Amino acid sequence: MNKILLKGNIALCEGAIAAGCQAYFGYPITPQNEVPAHMSKRMTELGRVFLQAESELAAINMVLGAAGTGALAMTSSSSPGISLKQEGISYLVGCELPALIVNVQRGGPGLGNIAGSQGDYFQSTKGGGHGDYRMLVLAPSTVQEMYDFANMSFGLAFKYRNPVLILADGVVGQMMEPVTIVTSDQKPVTSKDQQQIAWALTGAKGRPPRFHRSLLMDDGALEKLNWKLNEKYNSIKKNEVRYESENIEDADIILVAFGIAARVAKVAARKAREQGIKAGLIRPITLWPFPEKVIADNAKPGRKFLVVEMNLGQMVEDVRLAVNGKCPVEFLGRPGGGLVNEQEVLQEIKTIAK
Amino acid sequence: MKSILSRPLSLKSNEHLYCPGCGHGIIHRLVAEVIDELGVREKTIGIAPVGCAVFAYDYFNVDVTEAPHGRPPAVATGIKRVLPDRVVFTYQGDGDLAAIGTAETVHAANRGENITVIFVNNAIYGMTGGQMAPTTLLGQKTATTPAGRDLKRDGPPLKVCELLSQTQGAAYLERVAVNNPKNIIKAKKAIKKAFQNQINNKGFSLVEVLSMCPVNWAMTPNESIKWIDEVFLKTFPLGIYKDKQ
Ligand SMILES: Cc1ncc(C[n+]2csc(CCOP(=O)(O)OP(=O)(O)O)c2C)c(N)n1
Ligand code: SF4
Repeated sequence: MNKILLKGNIALCEGAIAAGCQAYFGYPITPQNEVPAHMSKRMTELGRVFLQAESELAAINMVLGAAGTGALAMTSSSSPGISLKQEGISYLVGCELPALIVNVQRGGPGLGNIAGSQGDYFQSTKGGGHGDYRMLVLAPSTVQEMYDFANMSFGLAFKYRNPVLILADGVVGQMMEPVTIVTSDQKPVTSKDQQQIAWALTGAKGRPPRFHRSLLMDDGALEKLNWKLNEKYNSIKKNEVRYESENIEDADIILVAFGIAARVAKVAARKAREQGIKAGLIRPITLWPFPEKVIADNAKPGRKFLVVEMNLGQMVEDVRLAVNGKCPVEFLGRPGGGLVNEQEVLQEIKTIAK
Repeated sequence: MKSILSRPLSLKSNEHLYCPGCGHGIIHRLVAEVIDELGVREKTIGIAPVGCAVFAYDYFNVDVTEAPHGRPPAVATGIKRVLPDRVVFTYQGDGDLAAIGTAETVHAANRGENITVIFVNNAIYGMTGGQMAPTTLLGQKTATTPAGRDLKRDGPPLKVCELLSQTQGAAYLERVAVNNPKNIIKAKKAIKKAFQNQINNKGFSLVEVLSMCPVNWAMTPNESIKWIDEVFLKTFPLGIYKDKQ
């Protein structure tokens, strides 16, 4: 175990590599350009696959191909590029294939800007691509979490045969922090290992041929697949909810924020306490499955919630659903790459506390 | 009794859903025979397109995956890069390969991706009901060119072999047809070479197969066989467009 200073995007690469990432396919877009650049060097050194695709569409479909063979495959992009990847993401889900997809968000809509943003919450947690599907969505708020989440997401993706999305933002991607590197003994999967995976397409040697398809035209077949996927989503909801909370037991105001905004909110909540306002924080780590229970359990008359996001109010809808009218839910946000600051949040806490 | 002809092992016994007189059935058989003859059935992975051949996983007796419309070359790239010793082929129509998937096709060829592409050119979108394809001939009537394809409005037919011959990575490009026994024999030779090239690590090989779509051409099977010779071939001449030694 050793501790080194790393940029968020680089930590992400190293986390994926330590997990045995076998293939990376990407296309440049700021603010995630360090990822393809670092992967081009490291994956090549390690004798693994790196390819700069001709577009995000091509990159995600290369992931679709690689994932179908049982390889641990990954792609990364930023908001406009992730919009293009939605096609392949829907197919990955439909064919029940694991993969790691990373969105280092920038301001939108459209070409937007290159500042960190959280404008893709809806796209990430409510679909984005076509059809009735879900992805596990992890929201890192530190460079350490960029490493850790990349490291654990392949396991989650394979466990559920479903793509996992890391929803970061430009700030977490670009900042530098010390990271504890877990020296893992995980070896990259070999083509022999791939042959042992019960669903992988590796050539039908000594077994009947297999196929991956999401086209199900027979009467009721697609509905059946969707119900089966639903069962999978229910088990993800049961087993994979992750969040962090601080000082919520006696809080009058509970802040809810994710990613980089949660770090700002945490400091503001602590400062509010120093000034005599009982504030606490819930930080969803999985945006899907959303930690609705902890919010519902803490929604009591007399309390107030304040949701802080770098968008026009997206996660606030999920918080309101969980609170279910039991107490007021306020929102503070800045869209288009604006970064909420401690003073603004503290001021909002004080206003609400009155 | 000596059996002289049987179903290739690489073709399942499922009944094909292709229309009577459609070229897809013949081309499927040729691909399956080639895979058998090269002895690579157990290491082959096929990629089914969007279009009439979408059910390729029901017909080919090898591992098959689907790809979104036009993306088979990218999916093939993903497979081949992680499993370079497998034989990977895509099977695509003209709408798939030459319209929505042009970028994926050009770049896979340009990279010299060591895969085999079977490109079925029937000058029309079959599955969606006979709309104009990039390969539709000038003057040809389709569901979306009711007065015939117009050069000014729709541009000219896109010639894929000619286009790809400009890429450095393409190793072998040949245009064949399946409208008569002589052409079918030539088509099989080309398909075999395209697979053999991959086994020999030569890079990107594509065989463009001119094929019949009687239903959407509004012709009888016999008329469509003749139409290939008399009309289709004039815009799309058969032959080898690139053969990198
Ligand atoms: C993204 C997307 N756009 C459109 C379609 C609809 N679609 C299905 S098949 C097809 C055309 C296929 O034509 P071609 O590739 O020439 O194959 P053929 O049916 O002639 O064999 C289209 C447009 C689709 N499935 N996906
Ligand atoms: S529509 Fe055309 S290409 Fe499709 S199966 Fe029928 S004849 Fe063949």
